[in-house]
Amino acid sequence: MPSPATRRDVLILGAGAAGSILLTRPSAATPEQMREAILELTNGAPIRPGKVHIDVPPLVENGNSVPITVSVDSPMTADAHVTLIALFNEKNPQPNVGTFRMGPRSGKARVATRIRLATSQQLTAIARLNDGSFWSDKVDVIVTIAACTEDS
Amino acid sequence: MEAAVRPAWIGLALAVLVAAVAVQPSPAQETVRPIAPQDRLSGSAFMSAEARALQADDASNPAMLWVKDGEDIWARKTGVAERSCADCHGEAGASMKGVAARYPAFDPASQKPVTLDQRINICRTINQKAEPFAPESQPALAIASYVGLQSRGMPITPPDDKRLKPFLEAGRSLFGLRQGQLNLSCANCHDALWGGKLGGSPIPQAHPTGYPIYRLEWQGIGSLQRRLRNCMTGVRAEPFAPNSIEFTEIELYLAERAKGMTVETPAIRP
Amino acid sequence: MGRALINVPATAKAGDIIEIKALVAHVMETGYRHEVDGKPIPRDIINHFTCAYNGVVVFEADFYPAIAANPFLSFTTIATETGVLTFIWTDDKAEKQVETARITIT
Ligand code: HEC
Ligand code: HEC
Repeated sequence: MPSPATRRDVLILGAGAAGSILLTRPSAATPEQMREAILELTNGAPIRPGKVHIDVPPLVENGNSVPITVSVDSPMTADAHVTLIALFNEKNPQPNVGTFRMGPRSGKARVATRIRLATSQQLTAIARLNDGSFWSDKVDVIVTIAACTEDS
Repeated sequence: MEAAVRPAWIGLALAVLVAAVAVQPSPAQETVRPIAPQDRLSGSAFMSAEARALQADDASNPAMLWVKDGEDIWARKTGVAERSCADCHGEAGASMKGVAARYPAFDPASQKPVTLDQRINICRTINQKAEPFAPESQPALAIASYVGLQSRGMPITPPDDKRLKPFLEAGRSLFGLRQGQLNLSCANCHDALWGGKLGGSPIPQAHPTGYPIYRLEWQGIGSLQRRLRNCMTGVRAEPFAPNSIEFTEIELYLAERAKGMTVETPAIRP
Repeated sequence: MGRALINVPATAKAGDIIEIKALVAHVMETGYRHEVDGKPIPRDIINHFTCAYNGVVVFEADFYPAIAANPFLSFTTIATETGVLTFIWTDDKAEKQVETARITIT
């Protein structure tokens, strides 16, 4: 007869059994810390919603590698272009994800990368234009398996 | 970045699963109906669109970093013999085409089946007179990815070799053997419950079509044996030793079970 | 640092917007993990990336620990002249990985 699985067995299997690395939950960034990080970028200048588009799957099966593309509506000419795109999150241990600098030679204001998400949360992308204005987009992402689990 | 303990409902989902397959008093070996050939699906079929896109684009598939390393290893003279793989085998695109698709294969010298990784190490020791690559080491995974890539798109074709038969049958039995504290066989999950979910992850059919794989959870590349070890520790069984005959036997059975399916190496898996 | 993979079209017409993909092998250790004995695993990430076109920086990035292992970037630039694109990744130990790719304007 099979011995009934205990709840502990079950949790261990769910968690993927013994790893050589102990993963502890670091204190997560807070929405407040994210606001501070954004303030550092904008120096208090107003941020308008619009122009920026975050493209990320709304439901993520593995938080270790989440494909994300940020694009900005801009002609990318010498007169009118994006100089910087910054990506922030509110619940990873640190609010900054990545900062990308570009200019009229980029042709398009678009960057794609892969990021880690510790848990379901909101992402914010902010673009700075050459006229000094800031624009933003926000999206919610649901993560079903968090980043950095290990089971081998 | 996050605690290893996943939400409690994962445990709950598993408890349901264990209950579903463990209620009947079970002999250690029972028969679960194998998957009909026309119902077979690669692990890719259970992945998100994003993971499939990652696998489909060589310019963004991180496993290609290891393939590139493997290409360097292929061309590098080494060992007491000062020979490169290329010195004897020439262009990998020609000489290694289809090779990974028919491993494990019988090795006359040892009178046993060997996996592709073991076959490569035979060349390391006998032909290059160099140290064999350690199992799961970066160079072992790199050369296996490079050799494996040469079979991408080809059907899995296990050799029709009588000498393999007893090992293949041993592998089939191992696949049906209940193991570990959770007392589950590979077949319990992969033949009977594929398509279901285990703690948020879909249960695939366990086809060895993509190895070595870049597993998002590992954030790196790993062999089929590492993947099998994960399943064994998952049911709280003591995994077989690296390169043990048991692993080779299971690999033989997995190849037979996936006969005709397409090689995807180097695949992405969640 | 180890391997990198760059994808740049070998040829382009002047004025074309070309897509560049750059992948580099790196663990991107976050600094938030611990060994079983409680010892913290030190942070070790690539924190900076630049792409220069014939010596002029056309794209630059700062990475934080939330960038996934084996960092991937895709971005665009306008093909202007035949020459060399230089990619430089810098990690926390100030080690640099440099790769180049040629582009010919037809
Ligand atoms: C409790 C259920 C369970 C058992 C028992 C189990 N596995 Fe798995 N197996 C899984 C799940 C779930 C996955 C997918 C994991 C993921 O995506 O995170 C998987 C993945 C795999 C894969 C990868 C398939 C691919 O597409 O690359 C193989 C191969 C595999 N298992 C073989 C085995 C073998 C052989 C055994 C017996 C030694 C076994 N498994 C036992 C649940 C199980
Ligand atoms: C000194 C020559 C030599 C070198 C160097 C060498 N090999 Fe081999 N390799 C052989 C010979 C001979 C065979 C056996 C062919 C046979 O049995 O039909 C073989 C067989 C193989 C096979 C099995 C092929 C099959 O069809 O089953 C693989 C895979 C392989 N080698 C990979 C490698 C790799 C990878 C390297 C470099 C790490 C390498 N070899 C280096 C001579 C060499």
